[in-house]
Formats: sequence, C-alpha cells, structure tokens
Amino acid sequence: MLVVAFVSFSLFNFVGDPINNMVGEETSDEERAELRETLGLMDPIHVQFSRFIVNASKGEFGISYQLRRPVSELIVERLPATIELVVISALIALITGTLLGVYTGINREGFLSDFVLAISLLGVSLPTFVIGILFIYLFAVILGILPSFGRGEVVDLGFWTTGFLTVSGLKAIILPSVTLSLFQMTYIIRLVRAEMMEILQTDYIKFARARGISENSIKYKHALKNGLIPVITIAGINIGTLIAFSIITETVFQWPGMGFLFIQAVQFVDIPIMSAYLVFIAFVFVMINFIVDILYYLIDPRIRVKGDDTSG
Amino acid sequence: MIQVDNKTLGTWERIKDSDIYHSFIKSPTAIVSSTILLIIFFCSFFVELITPYNPFDPSSLSLMDAFTPPSWTEEGLAKFILGTDGQGRDMLSTILYGCRISLIVGFSAIIFSLILGVGLGLTAGFFGGKYEMIVMRLTDVQLTVPSILMALLVDGIARGLISREMHDEMAIYVLIFAIGISEWPQFARVSRAATLVEKNKDYVSASTIIGVSNIIIMFKHILPNILRPVLVIGTIGLALAILAESTLSFLGVGVPPTTPSLGTLIRLGNDFLFSGEWWITFFPAIFLVILAFSINLLGDWMRDTLNPKLKK
Amino acid sequence: MTFLKVNNLSVDYQMRKEIVRAAKNVNIEVNKGEILGLVGESGSGKSTVGNAIINLIDEPGKVSSGSVILGDLNIHENSESIVKYRGNKIGLIFQDPQTSLNPILTVGEQLIETIQTHLKLSKEEAKNKSINLLKEVGIKDAETRFDNYPHQFSGGMRQRVVISLALCCEPELLIADEPTTALDVSIQSQILELIKKLTKERNLAVILITHDMGVIAETADRVAVMKSGNLVEIGETKKILTKPQENYTKSLVSSVPPTDKKISRFVIVEKKNSDKIENNIKILNRWTKKKRIINQDLVEIKNLSKSFDDNFFTESSKNSVMAVNDVSFDIKEGESFGLVGESGSGKSTIAKMIVNLFKPTSGDIFFDNVCITKIKQRFELMKFRKQIQMIFQDPYSSLNGRLKVKDIIAEPITLHNPSISNIDLNNYIYDLLESVELTQNSADRYPHEFSGGQRQRISIARALATQPRLLVCDEPTSALDVSIQAQILNLLKDLQEQLNLTILFISHDLPVVRQMCDRIGVLKDGKLCEVSNTEDLFLKPDHEYTKELLRLMPKIESIYN
Repeated sequence: MLVVAFVSFSLFNFVGDPINNMVGEETSDEERAELRETLGLMDPIHVQFSRFIVNASKGEFGISYQLRRPVSELIVERLPATIELVVISALIALITGTLLGVYTGINREGFLSDFVLAISLLGVSLPTFVIGILFIYLFAVILGILPSFGRGEVVDLGFWTTGFLTVSGLKAIILPSVTLSLFQMTYIIRLVRAEMMEILQTDYIKFARARGISENSIKYKHALKNGLIPVITIAGINIGTLIAFSIITETVFQWPGMGFLFIQAVQFVDIPIMSAYLVFIAFVFVMINFIVDILYYLIDPRIRVKGDDTSG
Repeated sequence: MIQVDNKTLGTWERIKDSDIYHSFIKSPTAIVSSTILLIIFFCSFFVELITPYNPFDPSSLSLMDAFTPPSWTEEGLAKFILGTDGQGRDMLSTILYGCRISLIVGFSAIIFSLILGVGLGLTAGFFGGKYEMIVMRLTDVQLTVPSILMALLVDGIARGLISREMHDEMAIYVLIFAIGISEWPQFARVSRAATLVEKNKDYVSASTIIGVSNIIIMFKHILPNILRPVLVIGTIGLALAILAESTLSFLGVGVPPTTPSLGTLIRLGNDFLFSGEWWITFFPAIFLVILAFSINLLGDWMRDTLNPKLKK
Repeated sequence: MTFLKVNNLSVDYQMRKEIVRAAKNVNIEVNKGEILGLVGESGSGKSTVGNAIINLIDEPGKVSSGSVILGDLNIHENSESIVKYRGNKIGLIFQDPQTSLNPILTVGEQLIETIQTHLKLSKEEAKNKSINLLKEVGIKDAETRFDNYPHQFSGGMRQRVVISLALCCEPELLIADEPTTALDVSIQSQILELIKKLTKERNLAVILITHDMGVIAETADRVAVMKSGNLVEIGETKKILTKPQENYTKSLVSSVPPTDKKISRFVIVEKKNSDKIENNIKILNRWTKKKRIINQDLVEIKNLSKSFDDNFFTESSKNSVMAVNDVSFDIKEGESFGLVGESGSGKSTIAKMIVNLFKPTSGDIFFDNVCITKIKQRFELMKFRKQIQMIFQDPYSSLNGRLKVKDIIAEPITLHNPSISNIDLNNYIYDLLESVELTQNSADRYPHEFSGGQRQRISIARALATQPRLLVCDEPTSALDVSIQAQILNLLKDLQEQLNLTILFISHDLPVVRQMCDRIGVLKDGKLCEVSNTEDLFLKPDHEYTKELLRLMPKIESIYN
C-alpha cells in the first residue's frame, strides 16, 4: 500500500506542472503563483508527502485540477455506479464462465462444446469497446429497446445511489454489464476447461474409475471439487480486471462511474484524480488478495492441515 | 556396435516428420488462420503497392467523396469498395494503413515485453535466491494490476512528462512502452517456471560439471528449451497487445488521429454510428476482430499441440 | 480351479503413422488364492494387459479383440457392463501412491463412497467397514486416520490406503500394477507381505505386474513373461526362473544381477559372444599415460556434512534437514567404491558435493591430496572439473534435446582444449562413440532418436571426453530395463579396466552394487553405517541396518530353496 501511495504521490508531484494544465495560455504569472500557493505546491517535498499520506488516509486527495472540486467528493459520487456495474458483471462472468468451462471440460467432444469454444475464442478476440459499440448499434440504434448511455433513473439512499430500484436503471445496466463481463467470461471458460481436462487425466481419477465409482460422481464430485480451487484465484483477478476494464465500458456507455472520471483525468493530466484512483485500486487489490488467501485456506485441505507424515 | 538405422535426416525432413507439422496439416483452423494472417501482414506492409489511394495525402482527398457508403449499396461507388469516411478517405486503404500501425505497435510491444520478461524470468529462475524473490514479487504486483490500467497509467505519466507538441510524435513509442511494460510478467512467470524445471535436469548439471560457465548454460542450454511455452504466450500476447493498442487508441490516449490505427478509426467512426454511417466504424472493427481472432486461433492451436499434458 | 480366463486379448493404439498393437492375442489364466506374476521390460505390454482386463485403456488405445471370463461371467460382453465389475469384482492398484488418491477428499470419504457404490450399506456400516479395512492393511489408529487427507500419510502408508480402497468391496481379483516400484526396499517388502497375506486370507486371485525378477521370485506362484505385446512364456515361477525354455526368458534371467555371488560379466544371450572391446580402444591413445598406482587414495572425504534450509530467509538451523551428517571415507585410485542407501539417505547429495555441484556445509573433500571444496578461482576449479565426471540416473534428462549428439560430446572437448582442429575434434568424437559401442552416424542425430540405454552410452561418451580419473555414477542403470542394465554395467566394467578409471558407484540396488564394486559404504539418513569390502559386507555384515537391508532385498535365488 505504502509503495502505491508513494508512486501516486510521485505522480502528484513530479509529473509535469499541474498549473500549466489547469490554466489557459493567457494566465499571468501572479495568478499562477497564487494558485500554486493555494494548492500547497510550494512546500518542501517531505511536507507534501506526509500531508499526502495523512490526507489520503482520511480519504482526501486534494482538488481536481480540471473540475475544481474536491477529489473525494467526486469519488464518492461516482463510486456506487462503478461498484454496481462491476458486481453485476463479476457475477455474470463467474457463474456463466464456470458453468460453461466445466461443461466443455467434461464433454470434450460434441457440438455444443465446440460451439462454446469457438464463441469463447471469438470473445477473447473481441475488444470490449467493439462489443459495446455492437451492442449499442444493435439494441439501441436498430431495435431501440435498451438505452445506450447513462444509468437511467437512480434512487438516492443518502450514502449510496442505486439504479437497481427503477426500471430504467435496471434496463440501463444490462448492456454495460454484459459487455464488461463477456471478455472475462471467455477467459474463465478457457481456464476452467483446461483445468478440468488436466484433472480428468490424473491418476486419482483413473483409480476412481478402477474402483467403479460412477462417472457422474467422478466428474461432478472428484474432478469438479479439484477443478474449482483455481477458480478462486481467477475470481480474484477477475474482479480486479473488471474494475480496470470498466474504464472502457464506462467510456463507451458514458456510465457515470469512476472509470469515466479517470479516463477524463488521463486526457487532461488531472493528477489528483489519477493518484486517488490509483490508491483506490490498490486498496481494492490488497483486499481481494487477502480474501482469496482466506478462501484458499478454507477450501484446500493441503494448506489447511499441515502434513504430519509421522507413521510410515 | 549398436546399429541405429542408417538414414540420417536433413532439417527439412525432420520438420516434415515432426508432430507439429502433421498436426498443422491436419488442422484446418491452423491453416486457414495462418493464411488469413499472412494475407493481412502482406497487405498492410505493402499497402502502397496495393491501394491506389493514399489517405494521408490531402491533395488526393475530396470532400465530395465524404460519407460514400460501401460499393454494394445503392449510393455506393465502385472505386471505394468499403466506402469513405467523413473526410472522403477510402475506408479500405485507411484500414490497411491503420492495420500497419496496429501491427507495428503490437509486434514491437510484444518483442519488448518478451525480451524483458524472458530475460528477468530466465535469470530469476537460474540464479534464485533474493534476486528471484524480488523479481517474482515484482511480477506478482504487476500481474494484479490489469494491463490496460498499467498502460493507461504509463500513458498518463508520459503525458505529464512530455510536452504536448512532443507528445504526438512520441505517442507511438509511449504506446509501445506502455503495452510492453504491462505484458512482461506473463513471460517472466512462464520462463521462470520453465527454467526451474530445466535447471534441475541433469544435462545442466552435466554442463556445470564439465565446467561450462553459467552464462553459456543459460543461453545455449536452457533458453532453447524454454522457448516453446514462451512462443505460445507470445502469440496470444500479440493478440492482446493489438487489442490493447486499439483500446487505448479508442479511449483517445493511443496514437494520434493524424496517423490513425484501427482503434483510432473505430473511435472516429463511432461518432457517426447514430447518424447511420455505420460502415465507418463497422469495417475497422470487423477487421480488428478478424485479425485478433486469427492470431488467437493460431495461438490456441499452438498451445494444444505443444502442450504434452493434453495429448489426445 | 481357473477363476480368471483371458482369451486372445489384443489391444491396439491408433497412432499417427500406424496402429501399434500393445498386446497381441494374450492368453492368461489365474486361479483363486494364487499370485500370477506378469513380468516384462518397459514397452512389453504388461501394464496394458492389466488395464485391458478391466477395460481401462487410455485413449487412443482400445481392446480390439478377445474375451475376459471371470468365474462364469463374460465381463467384456459390452463396455457398459464392465463398469459394474470394477471395484466390485476386480480391484486395481497403481504404481504411484502419491498420485492415486484424490487430494481434497479424506481417506474416509473415498472409502465410504466406494463401498456405497457397490454394497448396500448405510453410512455408519460403511464407516465401520472402512475402519476395519484400514486396520487390516496395517494402519494404526485407524479411527483417527479415517478423517485424514491423503497428504498426511507417508508413501508406504498411502499405498496401504490404496490397497484398502481396492479391496473395500471384497473383489475376487486384484490387479497390482508395479505396486512397490515407487517405494523403498524396506517398505516394498512390507507391502508385498501384505499382498501375500491378503491373497491367502481372502482367497484372492492376484495379478502382480512388475519388472523386478526378485519380486517375482519371492511372491509369485506362477509367472507370465511378456515381450513387445506377446506372451513369451507362462508357467510355475520356479520352472521359468530356473529352466527357461524361450531365448528371451533366458536372456532376461541371465541379465538379473545375482545376489548371492559376484560374477565377472553378465552373459548377454542374444549377442553370441558377449564381445569384449578389443584390447586397445582408440581413445586410450589420447589418455594421459599414468602408472597404475594401487592403494593410493584418490579421494578423501573428511567429516562431510550438508544441510538444506527449508527457509532461506531465516537461515536458522531449526528448519534445516541434515541430508549428509559427518561422513568420512576414502576412495582408492582404480577401485570401484559403492555407496548404497534408500531414498533420502544422502547418497546423491554426497555425489553432487564431490563433483562440486553443491558446497558442503562443513567438512572437506580432497582429490589427489588437494582440498577441492575450498577452491575459489575458476581456473583452478577447471583443472578438477576435467578430472571428475558424472553419469546420471535419468537418461532422458541428462542430454540436452536441442543439441545434436556430436555437439553434446564436443562441448567438453572444446571447452578444455579450445585449440583443437575440426578434423581432430570429429575424429575424437567418433573414437568416443566407438568406445561406447555406438556407430559414427549417431553423431548427427538428436537425443530423442535414441533409446534409454543408447542415451546412457552417449552420457558416458560425454563424461569420458575430458579424460577423467574419477567417474561418479549416480544410479546409472536404475531407469533401465535389466537386459540394458546388464549391457551398460558390462560397458562400465570394460571401460574401467581399459582406462584405469576410479568409479564411485551410487545405487539403491544391492545386487548391482555387489557386481560392480570392490568396497561398499552403507548410508542411512545421512550417516555412514559401515564401510567394508564387498564380499565381507554381503557375507558377514556388521551393522544392524545392513543386515536388515540384506534380509529384505528381493532375491531371485530364493526360488531355489
């Protein structure tokens, strides 16, 4: 975390001159200096860094150069949109991806498997923004049944704004979330399939066959349980990647989330937003890794029970 | 004397006799996808010889030709097979020029990350110890950060560091660096894992006992033996790099519109989607998908063929 | 009475170029209460037959013809019906207990599931049955071990669990495919005893598939010999081993190193005269001539210890394992010194320290009266690298598959003699190949074109290229079939005699060591138990552990008694 904080601070500090980016060509030198003073850019570096850390831990990242509003305020405003999008997409990607992966891993031959595999390969080749554009063209422009941008009507719960409670909000999330999940889903399909295929060739599966255990039990109990272990890791990485790719989806669908905010920040070199986003992402990743480790511990007996190879 | 059968095979006969060659001949997908790729490579690198138009020569453009639909539609003109864009540029030539940019960026980025990743992975696996620990820690951190985010960050930093005028010129190098730096952990992981396996094989010990130095062992003995998995990752990585390039360009942080890549073209065409000029965005998108799909098909076939664990 | 009848069983593998027939019209009969040994070298089809009986052949193989009659049931009638008999009538044990058990289910879960698949028992009854079974196969504390996961058992214990799983539904036929190959001698004998005991108590029909003639001699009532898919000979074990009829069986039996005496050479039946290399092999001309000095120490090992740290961050000695613990011995010039021990005894670690792959934690190694463990300069070290060479166990990993044979052999030559001319280099390579009985055209091939035995010859040629004085052989034949082993051992003996080599021979295989070595050191858990002359060691061992090893070693001669 601290490393990331330092990186984002360095970003904050050494990358370019934010003043130049904030103001027009015609601003006078006095005005520039004044602005510098208000933003605290004149202080020595270690003071700035400690202030950055203190502020960051309080959730304050200064003022956006471009929008001239506190970054924390912007983030809180945008956070629910992104989280709703990512959670829905993660669920779609994980559930469908795992199911199809298991199916194609077990039924290696067969029309449906080949079909799913071909589609999944196509999915890996389709960049998210192209899917988004295709969806918009198909469902919004030609069919006109789903909205092409925005979140629809949202309900403000005070600390959270949600689109789940209105019809237009629910309709609005369909296209972005499916778009976002497709690329990940195809990845998961392929990973789970490869895992299942490898497990089905192990000795213990062969030994289970030799004991006459039914094929169903072999596939859905013996193989599946082993096959699902790596899915946990995949799920962790998956959520991280989804957050990153939400940048693209949000841009395509003009979804008012953090990714959209970030991409605008990159274009205008709005360093406070960039560093705040970075710290936020880092925090999410650390949390995900932590949760994944705990899940592993709970699920895999080889980690849970340390071997006691005593008698032998 | 122990007789080995008498005919000694030449290199070409060896290739013809190999499993890879046979599997290639037997796999229609491998043949079709590699043919498509060869055609695309050829067309985009010799684009000057193929198309009569140079979309970047303003004198040859006429706004009268703008928004001409594809030739098979009613208003289409035979001389613009895929129609023209808003500035009257022939879509097909523009796509081929754009494809060349995409391919150059993709290849350069993947070669950059391949050298970096394999170099780090090979040395980490070979020398081990604290050096290995640091490298692998670095890869882990880098892996948790999704590549697109990494590339965006690098691009954002570069924008801050380089002045705006310089940036357009430097954009392509920044892009290569940004994509390359986000893909190397894959190579590092795979080559380290393969190096660990190879390092413990007796032929490496035999060379050490003979007195061969570590550097020669690494490059003469281990490197050729770990190239297979690296090549598979490289092929799939090429598709990812091309997609990443187009995604960044689509987001407006990639190559500048003056030398458009496929992604830039899609972004520019996206504005006309709602007004009905679908071909401006559709054809570059389809072209991109075909390109990525073919590379992925080839990569997929390579993985199945070269992975001894999944022999059917 | 005949219980299992295998008639004209054939198994085909559809390969890219041709159909490979892994078993050809095999006919076998097994009675109840009897152990039939199925013996053969790698690729003989013995495992294929075992798997084909329960129709569990890996793709792309399939049973192409034949029938299997169990009692009065034709179990190969259709591919569905065989599933009912697996586990129920027929139990199967695989070679490697490490991989045969599902790692994320407890032993108990796997037992209960198997039992409930075939027998109509409640969960409670199945559990009781399982615990009794675990007790029967010799697992102490069965009630608690029941809930353990496979990784909590040691190798031998795991194989017992595998046996209990194979037997839990009271099958009448047990097929054991190399059940002890992955295990140490002491555990091997326990498992074999267990199988013998269960055969008697449960009146089982057992097929024991193995490559080890010693195991056959000690356990099997009858034996079937297979070679490249064909059944060569079948009959009473004693008759087959003492008066083999077929040539192949004769060569197989004569290749087995005898445990009770030392012979000068193995008799190779198929080659008419076991052609000893002509008295002057060409590479001898390049050898630095040295007077044969007898009884002078070439290698002295003093208080050698090596510990491996589990955790290299802390480098505390708490987690460290002493792989080699205060070992001292010496090797005289021109002799063969044997180091024997079970896996984990530290014998390979000692070898790797002598060839300077590992640095010892403490202690010294002297070579020709120079301490080679403390050399810092590369130039100094190279002089010793030249004189000490090694031959490895696994012929498949000891050659770089990306290099041609001539480049593999050329590497040591050019490294130590950079000025050698191309013609001279080629001649030297040809001479070396000749000395290991390979033809010149081998030089332009890649390692994968050679068999295991041939690869081992290439390894030897590479090792000889630097004209070493000491050759460290780390289990050089344990990955090879017995007939190939006999050839390689003969070759090593000849080369030693011709070139006056000193050999450190490391092996777990006592009969082989007896044939190869002048003196032997016995290792256990990193400690040296005793060192003595070979014949003394075999006839009147001092140390308890040596006695135990000798007692447990499977002896082909036991059949004569």
